[in-house]
Amino acid sequence: METDTTVAVAGIAANEPETASWRRALHSTRLHSLVLLVLLLAFWEFGVGLFNIPKFVLPPFSDVVRALYNGLTVSPLARDSFWFHGAVTLTEVLAGFLIGSGVGLVMGMVISESSYLDELIRPYISAFQSLPKVAIAPIIVMWMGYGLESKIAIVVLLTFFPVLVTSIAGFKAVDIDRIDLLRSLSATRWQIFAKVKFPSALPFIFAGLDVAAAFAVVGAIVGEFVGAQSGLGVMIMQMDAQLDTGGSFAVFLILALMGVTLTAALRAVRRHFLSWMPAQTSRRAVSA
Amino acid sequence: MDAAVQERSSGDRQSDYISIRGLSKRFGSRADSVLALKNINCSIERGSFVSVVGPSGCGKSTLLRIVAGLLPYSEGSVQMDGQAIVGTRRDVGVVFQNSILLPWRTVLENVMLPAEVLGLDLKASRERAMMLLNMVGLTGFEGKQPLQLSGGMQQRASIARALLHDPKILLMDEPFGALDALTREQMNLELQRIWAESKKTVILITHSIPEAIFLGDVVFVMTPRPGSLERIIRIDLPRPRNMDMMAMPGFADAAHEIRELFNHSGSFD
Repeated sequence: METDTTVAVAGIAANEPETASWRRALHSTRLHSLVLLVLLLAFWEFGVGLFNIPKFVLPPFSDVVRALYNGLTVSPLARDSFWFHGAVTLTEVLAGFLIGSGVGLVMGMVISESSYLDELIRPYISAFQSLPKVAIAPIIVMWMGYGLESKIAIVVLLTFFPVLVTSIAGFKAVDIDRIDLLRSLSATRWQIFAKVKFPSALPFIFAGLDVAAAFAVVGAIVGEFVGAQSGLGVMIMQMDAQLDTGGSFAVFLILALMGVTLTAALRAVRRHFLSWMPAQTSRRAVSA
Repeated sequence: MDAAVQERSSGDRQSDYISIRGLSKRFGSRADSVLALKNINCSIERGSFVSVVGPSGCGKSTLLRIVAGLLPYSEGSVQMDGQAIVGTRRDVGVVFQNSILLPWRTVLENVMLPAEVLGLDLKASRERAMMLLNMVGLTGFEGKQPLQLSGGMQQRASIARALLHDPKILLMDEPFGALDALTREQMNLELQRIWAESKKTVILITHSIPEAIFLGDVVFVMTPRPGSLERIIRIDLPRPRNMDMMAMPGFADAAHEIRELFNHSGSFD
């Protein structure tokens, strides 16, 4: 839907005189947002000098850019390379996200198919769900050490629950008429699941995955804060100790980029699988 | 199969295709149960068109779901082709109140659903699906998403789907209830044509008296509290019928008779 309108707008613009399309561009909200960003960054850059803010509290924006440049241009295998630490964190995020949401989805399927299991496990789910799971991070690091495994475990723990809970909700919310339609054709339980329940629950599952993706980055960083030898969280801790605030901001930008990319990738996957849904409702349908 | 054939030939009333005896349906536990159907007795001839008409709450949809094998019953017997109905059957097609097209499938894929579920030959089924879509007037819409179709077109697609696996019986649960009056008349005419072409036994649930008479060889009149079969009215209007026949005495008499039954049973209290 979105791309359709963009194409249409571009088509109209192309047929009009050049001045008109320029005027249109000048009035586009996207351009205004960009101008706003430049203004804010300029205010940051010169404001810190103007108000005499010490560098370790807030360095000028150019320091952040310099730190970003240095971190990205040193040898990728160097200890202060963003590439190296970024790759570690990304591995933790992706592995934890895939395992956590995968297990959450499978358990959601199993639990929603069996009312006995549902009643058996439901109290534990609600109990664990309300726990602040990052609080267990130090224990997990103690159990599993400073390597990748402990961080992956924390991410698994954080991503598991949102996917489990939304997928159960999704499988239970399936229109009973759709199930009756399949039943009227003497469909097997698996056919009912594969042909109706799973596709019907997809909007819910993707809502859970959205939350899980955000949690995954949080989990990896918190895990690295608690105890790790490498990763962007470790870099932040080290830079913080050296009062290198510019460097911390640079790492933060990398993390932001990672989060945005992950969400965008997820959105692309959802668009592919939920292309039958009107663009707006697919997100709104389950967020309520 | 053999047993069924034997039983059919040995049956004294060959024309009875579906036979319902002393059927009762109770919902809920013993303590606070609701009697939805009470002592229903009827038979349905092979190839006939049966309309079941009644006000809401008379259990007509419950009756249909029992015949479809979607719902167990409490007492009595329901037989199809001499065999007791104990569950869903492959030779039954159901058209539901809402078309229930799966929105992530195209129209053709929706019509193909029974073939996938029943494990039929997909290539042959595809040809049949195209033929059925043509019959319901949806040629050219195979690749469309259901949400792009109007309500009437959606219901026509769901009729094509119900016919895909060539069922002997077509069960329709208020299929046109959600359509506007003009579309509904159009659909009634088309359904008559489809029935005549496909030679299925049809049970149509409806709350519209004209629709029931217009389409039915027989009209089962049901009354609520508890749901019971009040009368069976034979409609002797010639076929194919057209909308002008609604003005004929036979039509008006039947409509009058049904309304009287509803009034006397207090259905409209």
